[in-house]
Amino acid sequence: MVAPGHRLCTGCGAGVIIRQMLMSTDYPIVVSNATGCVEVCTSVYPYTAWRVPWIHNGFENAAATISGVEAAYKSMKRRGDLPARKNDKPIKFIALGGDGGTYDIGLQSLSGALERGHDFLYICYDNGAYMNTGIQRSSASPFGANTTTSPAGVMIQGKQEERKDLTAIAAAHNIPYVATASPGYYMDFTRKVSKALEAKGPAFINVLSVCPLGWKSEPEESQVLARLGVETCFWPLFEIENGKFRLTFRPNVKKPVVEYLKRQGRFGHLFKAGNEHMLAHIQQRVDEEWGRLLEREKK
Amino acid sequence: MLDVVTAPPETRVAPRAAMRSAKALTGNIAVAQAIRQINPHVCAAYPITPTTQIMQEVAQFVADGLMETELVPCESEHSAMSACVGASAAGARVITATSANGLALMWEVLYIASGLRLPVVMAVGNRALSGPLNIHCDHSDSMGARDSGWIQIYAETAQEAYDNILQAVRIAEHPDVLLPVMTCMDGFLTTHTSENVELLGDAEARDFVGAYHARYSLLDVDNPITYGPNDLPDSYTEHKYQQVLAMQNAARVICEIDKEFGERFGRSYGMIDTYCMEDAETAIVVLSSTAGIVKEMVDTLRAEGRKVGLLRPRVFRPFPAQELVDALKGLRAVAVMDRALSFGAEGGPLFTEVQSALRNAECGAPKVVSRVFGLGGRAVARDEIREIYDELDSDRPVKFRLVGVRE
Repeated sequence: MVAPGHRLCTGCGAGVIIRQMLMSTDYPIVVSNATGCVEVCTSVYPYTAWRVPWIHNGFENAAATISGVEAAYKSMKRRGDLPARKNDKPIKFIALGGDGGTYDIGLQSLSGALERGHDFLYICYDNGAYMNTGIQRSSASPFGANTTTSPAGVMIQGKQEERKDLTAIAAAHNIPYVATASPGYYMDFTRKVSKALEAKGPAFINVLSVCPLGWKSEPEESQVLARLGVETCFWPLFEIENGKFRLTFRPNVKKPVVEYLKRQGRFGHLFKAGNEHMLAHIQQRVDEEWGRLLEREKK
Repeated sequence: MLDVVTAPPETRVAPRAAMRSAKALTGNIAVAQAIRQINPHVCAAYPITPTTQIMQEVAQFVADGLMETELVPCESEHSAMSACVGASAAGARVITATSANGLALMWEVLYIASGLRLPVVMAVGNRALSGPLNIHCDHSDSMGARDSGWIQIYAETAQEAYDNILQAVRIAEHPDVLLPVMTCMDGFLTTHTSENVELLGDAEARDFVGAYHARYSLLDVDNPITYGPNDLPDSYTEHKYQQVLAMQNAARVICEIDKEFGERFGRSYGMIDTYCMEDAETAIVVLSSTAGIVKEMVDTLRAEGRKVGLLRPRVFRPFPAQELVDALKGLRAVAVMDRALSFGAEGGPLFTEVQSALRNAECGAPKVVSRVFGLGGRAVARDEIREIYDELDSDRPVKFRLVGVRE
């Protein structure tokens, strides 16, 4: 449902994500897309890569926008005012945003739409910075990442703060379905999209999105990185279905996080002498979080 | 923000099938009644004084089963307008309401609504745009939005505010227009003041607005469309030009729909309202409810033998330049009373529009001065209106001043 010929970079994770997202379902889908890479690269007038109805409104309001579309659907359906169509399968609604449009500027809009209980799925493609404007830090940028507004310099070695746990924030709205995903584990991701669209009410999936430009990684390694993020437990895969937490992937051998970091130029400075403690800190945080998730699943 | 005044229950009017009823209603209640009669698909809104009452009333109508509207009670005005955009792009008829800071928070999305040619209708209760905080009437909110591509209609009375909403739906959805419409009324002075308002019967109101069938709907899943693409320099100017043409068409459509409204229901307003202008030598130009007190002063001065008049633009966007020039060109002097400032400009926003229209017309234009009044709800006294007319009779009236300011 996404046509080839869009202008996303070679190796862009988001292009893979939107293709997998739309492959996951037979329902008619309407997409609301926040400003960002996907939006600007798939809709250059007079062309569009979208073979489903699609709207871009602003940067911070993809969730609010889809809530209006969904409200219109309910109202027009009730009154028999919907446009005529071939079959009467229910229409499903997806809002799509990057981490900037979701973790940061769009957080309020997302929270409002989740709380109001609209029947929609929000998918965040999280590449850990404002890539579309030139790799500025976001609250999703990992600790230590070199971005243009958290640069690695002589005195400061990249981003000094931990990333925000947006998935937990979404889950705190007590919505029917919340999950993390990675296009590297596409069966897991597509199954989660299908599940989320069946949920009665709002659903949220946070998806790891590799950005060769911003991560300074090799385009041909994008799927490798999308898997390594999961296999190092840097990006654990889980779902919370009606409050029930479940890990959907457990690595047989948990790989060291440096396997993931060393392939990304944005972490290159961490491998210089004197920064060993930062690598150790990242590994420690990953271990702690993974431990918490294992404990949580036992409950 | 919390509303400081809630609607007394006795002002709620039970719907009636086909008969018209004259009632003492506030502007907010009258507008809420119009929305009930229109019965839009979606209302997305966020509370703000002094327009909160409108959506409160609408919510009650929905709760009581008197409307079939889907409410989207948002967490901010930014999201409210964003939801309006989504709903309108889905093909729904959409109405909202706001004021002041709420309108300011919508700013970005106002341009998107008009740029995507979405016929959203919004009731605005004009209120000062802080800071410092002030919840009372002036026009700094909607004047700031004058370039956002929305049609702007300003009501003098609660009756007009009611009629304007019904007309606005038709104007916005007209295929030659497809632009959002803001219908403004003065905060508290009109939103909260009871006046005699004659409501149309529900059936005739619904018959007047008719059904809405959007040409392009996001819900037409067999014919997918892309709304709000990435529009580069090779096409953007042409899209803006289409908006220019639509706004030009709006002037004609506003008049046609107002005329039809007049023929059917006996009330018609035109682009401008004039009072004693036929032989006037000097005049005040002012928007909205202040026209009432100025009309009174015109009567007083006329009784004293002075040839004074009043011109009230009802529509500000599109600006009725020709109508204004025709009415003002023979005059000696004109004072434009603005309820908003444009800091650093030669006068208020209405003043610069009037002055520009008269200069462009090359009609031996009258002298035009700017008087800014009523900021943050400051009452304007009869004597202050008289003083402005007096100044117009002097040889060299000061070009700009704030009425009643303590310097």
